[in-house]
Amino acid sequence: MEIAARVGLGERLDAMGKLFAIVLVIIALASAYPIAKHMYVPPEDISTHGHAIDDQLSDTMAEAGFAFLGAQIILAFFVWKFSERKEGAKLKNFPGGAKLMVSVAFIIVGAEVFALGVLGQKAWANVYFTPPRPDALQIQAQAGQFAFYFRYPGADGKFGAIHPDKIDEGNQNFFGLDPANDIEARDDIVSGELTIPVNREVHLLMHAKDVGHSFYVRELRIQQDFVPGLDLSVHFTATKIGRYEIVCTQLCGLGHYNMKAYLSVMAQDDFEKWLKQKASEQ
Amino acid sequence: MQEASAQPAHVHAPPEGFIRKHVFSLDHKVIGKQYYALGLLAVCMGMGLSWLMRFHLVWPTTRIPGLELLSKVGAPGGVITPEYYLSLLTMHGTLMVFFVLTNAPFAAFGNYFLPIQIGAEDMAFPRFNMMSFWTTLVAFLVLVLAFVIPDGPPISGWTSYAPLSAVGQDAGPGMGWGMNLWGISIAIFCIGSLLGALNFIATTLDLRAKGMTLMRMPICTWAWFITSCIALLAFAVLLPACILLILDRTAGTSFFIPSGLVVSDRLQPHSGGSPLLWQHLFWFFGHPEVYIAILPSMGIVSHILINSMRKPLLSSKVIIYCMMSIGFLSWMVWGHHMFVSGMNPFSSLLFSFPTLTITIPATIMTLIWLGSLYGANLRINAASLFALGFISMFVSGGVSGFFLAQPSIDIVLHATYFVVGHFHMVMGVASIFGVFAGTYFWYGKMTGRMMNEKLGQLHFWLTFIGTYCIFMPFHYLGLVGNIRRYSSFVNDFMGPLMPLHKFITIAALSTGAAQFIFLFNLIYSHFKGKPASENPWEGTTLEWSIPSPPPWNNFGGKHPVIYHDPYQYGVKGSKGDYIMQDSPEPSAS
Repeated sequence: MEIAARVGLGERLDAMGKLFAIVLVIIALASAYPIAKHMYVPPEDISTHGHAIDDQLSDTMAEAGFAFLGAQIILAFFVWKFSERKEGAKLKNFPGGAKLMVSVAFIIVGAEVFALGVLGQKAWANVYFTPPRPDALQIQAQAGQFAFYFRYPGADGKFGAIHPDKIDEGNQNFFGLDPANDIEARDDIVSGELTIPVNREVHLLMHAKDVGHSFYVRELRIQQDFVPGLDLSVHFTATKIGRYEIVCTQLCGLGHYNMKAYLSVMAQDDFEKWLKQKASEQ
Repeated sequence: MQEASAQPAHVHAPPEGFIRKHVFSLDHKVIGKQYYALGLLAVCMGMGLSWLMRFHLVWPTTRIPGLELLSKVGAPGGVITPEYYLSLLTMHGTLMVFFVLTNAPFAAFGNYFLPIQIGAEDMAFPRFNMMSFWTTLVAFLVLVLAFVIPDGPPISGWTSYAPLSAVGQDAGPGMGWGMNLWGISIAIFCIGSLLGALNFIATTLDLRAKGMTLMRMPICTWAWFITSCIALLAFAVLLPACILLILDRTAGTSFFIPSGLVVSDRLQPHSGGSPLLWQHLFWFFGHPEVYIAILPSMGIVSHILINSMRKPLLSSKVIIYCMMSIGFLSWMVWGHHMFVSGMNPFSSLLFSFPTLTITIPATIMTLIWLGSLYGANLRINAASLFALGFISMFVSGGVSGFFLAQPSIDIVLHATYFVVGHFHMVMGVASIFGVFAGTYFWYGKMTGRMMNEKLGQLHFWLTFIGTYCIFMPFHYLGLVGNIRRYSSFVNDFMGPLMPLHKFITIAALSTGAAQFIFLFNLIYSHFKGKPASENPWEGTTLEWSIPSPPPWNNFGGKHPVIYHDPYQYGVKGSKGDYIMQDSPEPSAS
């Protein structure tokens, strides 16, 4: 009371602790509602590895949701119960004290860390620790400000070498190929759209032309940066025919927001037809 | 615990004249206030930029009258261009992370209260201290200079990933002199911060009053001390990284640029560098920086909560050990920013595990705060409300870290708004809540007048609800795959998310507007606030044993002697339910 007067409060604001508790519970429930209702979720997975990531995501969501709601509601409850009590109200300590808190954190969180951190690494291993199948379809992706280009090796199965000094976008030589002197480059097929057959593994070789970029297809559960000077690759199998957006997620300059391409997943026959038609155009 | 050494009788003579008292002052209290003022200026600018960004995202073609005065090229006719949007986000991030989150909770409050709380007359090196601030101010001026040069501010984000940041003008507008200024500014900032960190460490170790053992230091003093140890190592890495970046840009070196890059149709004359090297150096600094922002607020909040609960925490020691282990672990987790960067995928697992492990000390701290509330006699005021709000925000921002610590989930959530929501809540809002709590709590001590409590509580409600309305939906956007750093959502799947973006923008504009209540309170109370007594909150630590505001030499030439642990609350003392640290009366324990 005295203190309230001293800081210029005039009267004691009894209800503020209770109001805090109510507001906090409302915020916590309102925050959790769209998650519980699955209002905002990643799109349907179209990859063979994605379900492991999705399982991991929903396990983590359950654990994080439990921790979030639990902590906020306990905070609200204790503030409700122990704020602005009568002057001289008896102070108590939580039974078990700090030892209990430390043990609880070590056991429960430690188990969670172990579960997610060690056992849960399978999902990551699926993507990165398995080599591509030898018969995977090799496609090279090039990212540059502010477009993606994709190159298929053609009938010889080999990519022509890249000569950065020969890159000439005006003449559609996006990769800097030298077909005059390089036999392997002559039958390379270049496309602005990533077209792949369904249910066949694709080994995507990634090349950055200028600065860092990234390859992100939500439905494929694949995101991988393009790093200039580094030969990176990802491999994946798409399981559903359709057209999906590829977006750049690494800030690459003024047109970053507009850097996108499409992924077309086709039946094997359609893919071969498309490839033939592309080859005849070039 | 070792005993503190005797301190010199006078660190420096009383200041004379306006310039020495208020401008080039050696007094840690004046320097603390100067840091606070700089943080305030930077936060106003940073918030203004975020308003422009949020506005542009949902009303991209609407004219903002007068904006063309800020940049003719970037906002012709008052409409923001996509590249200027990137300039805004770069400057917003840089201002907020360096000049607000590092300056306000650490440099400002730390400078003001660390010497007082350990019973010292000033910092160990007052001249270095003055130099730290003025160096930081120069860094700030160099950074904002980028707004007025023709080239404009850089567009590569506050992380300045190479080679975009390293190849110069070819990379786009703002990447010429704008980017140079950024590099120079951050290098200067590092020097200021290194000096400050050294000073904090030396002061804590050497200038403690008689009886002030390390374990008798208040928790916030511990937090500032641990933070300075982190800052000393972190900025020592960022400084050379910035110098290398500047060399790549101006001296033709190739630390971060490989060969064969064709940028803007020009083959770049570099070879042999590694873009990932920049990422490693940057995040080796960048992750500890998160703790530089949050640890001081953890300390401040603990300090205020204990005072408001009228009883000590279940264990202050455990909180201190947790802060130490968080600081220690912060050095082995930087790679979690780089899971999909192309570094060896095996190292992702190595970085993931310690990242998840940080959850353990963080959970212990949260449980100690929660458990300590049980059975307390909690006084509710603006300071304690913001302290409670900090706990809530820390939990909310912390649990989303659990997702991002796992490389497999990061494949989906990396570079989305989920990440933006996560770090804004945990290192941005939570840390700022600590600053607000500290301001309402210590304002009386710093100025001699109390802040208006009713306005303070109104400010709390609007800010608490508002920040949840802004940053919780960021997580939802991220789950759907909404990419960050896009000036416009031209993608098929991002278009439908616009209603949520509109909601966020409206929440951001109104929560931002609510900060004017705080600003008004800050200025108004300076002149019209109720006079503050020596110990208005019935506190126990040394800052409450001296007049408000304290004299230039803090303790009036006396040397306080410490008899107790810092938080003797809930005991029978001569003045009430507490015993001051420097009171010789016997304590309960």
